[in-house]
Amino acid sequence: MGIISRGFGGRRRESVPGLPPGQYLTHDFPVLSAGPTPRVPLDRWRFTVTTETGDRTSWNWTEFQALPAEDVTVDIHCVTKWSKLGSTWRGVSLDTLLAGVESAADYTMVHSFGGYTTNVPMEDLLDGKAWVAYKFDGEDLEPEHGGPARLLIPHLYFWKSAKWVNGIQLMPEDEPGFWEAAGYHMYGDPWREQRYQGD
Amino acid sequence: MTQPGHRGPMLDGNSMAGDLREIFAVDVTAARYMCAGCTHTDAVATLMVWHQSPGLVARCPNCDDVVIRVVRAPDRVYLDLRGSVRLEVPLEGS
Repeated sequence: MGIISRGFGGRRRESVPGLPPGQYLTHDFPVLSAGPTPRVPLDRWRFTVTTETGDRTSWNWTEFQALPAEDVTVDIHCVTKWSKLGSTWRGVSLDTLLAGVESAADYTMVHSFGGYTTNVPMEDLLDGKAWVAYKFDGEDLEPEHGGPARLLIPHLYFWKSAKWVNGIQLMPEDEPGFWEAAGYHMYGDPWREQRYQGD
Repeated sequence: MTQPGHRGPMLDGNSMAGDLREIFAVDVTAARYMCAGCTHTDAVATLMVWHQSPGLVARCPNCDDVVIRVVRAPDRVYLDLRGSVRLEVPLEGS
């Protein structure tokens, strides 16, 4: 039957200068999902940072909204080969969320409502490289795109920008998340085209 | 923690037939899986498959847990079966 049609990978299109290798430009915002879309009521939303020693820091929606937010305009690159330039988001920097957390961990596992996970090195979350975003293009983030809030880590393939994010576990050793355990690259740098294990 | 989600674009397990045929000598959609999450068992063809994603994600219709993941690279296919306790494959002629 072959409905996967070479996993989007066969969609050969002309590469655009300025895009990572193998990517094509899209102006819409494709929805990719590995399961049912969780509907998370805001009064039950919570984001929790758990350190390698088990210490927890968490925010409910009201507390999270009170944190300083940033407006960012970034390019995003999906491993299924579409790239979207100049997307605008509002969210809380991971620098803010991790500022008061005592940890010596070099790695993290990002967790989502619905069970999705993805691993990200700690240094890729810091220094203005990652946000927990709750607005896209000036509007509340729709559930299909990860609302109420998703991770935004635009310098890595977009599967790392976990939808419906609800927490980050800090870890001393790297471990694979949902897609990394199933064959995708542990790091996922689009500029080095790190799509699959071994790339 | 969450309310029942919207299913979104989804197919049944028959949609994996082409990809699995390249790996196995038998029609795996006719095999029976046992879900590692809830021990539900049924034909692979009855799994719920999310296909608009970086791979195929086949979930148990009884508990929503992931039973099979198929990731397709240009030169290889990754098959992740950790969500399946076993596959029961009928043999031809028996």
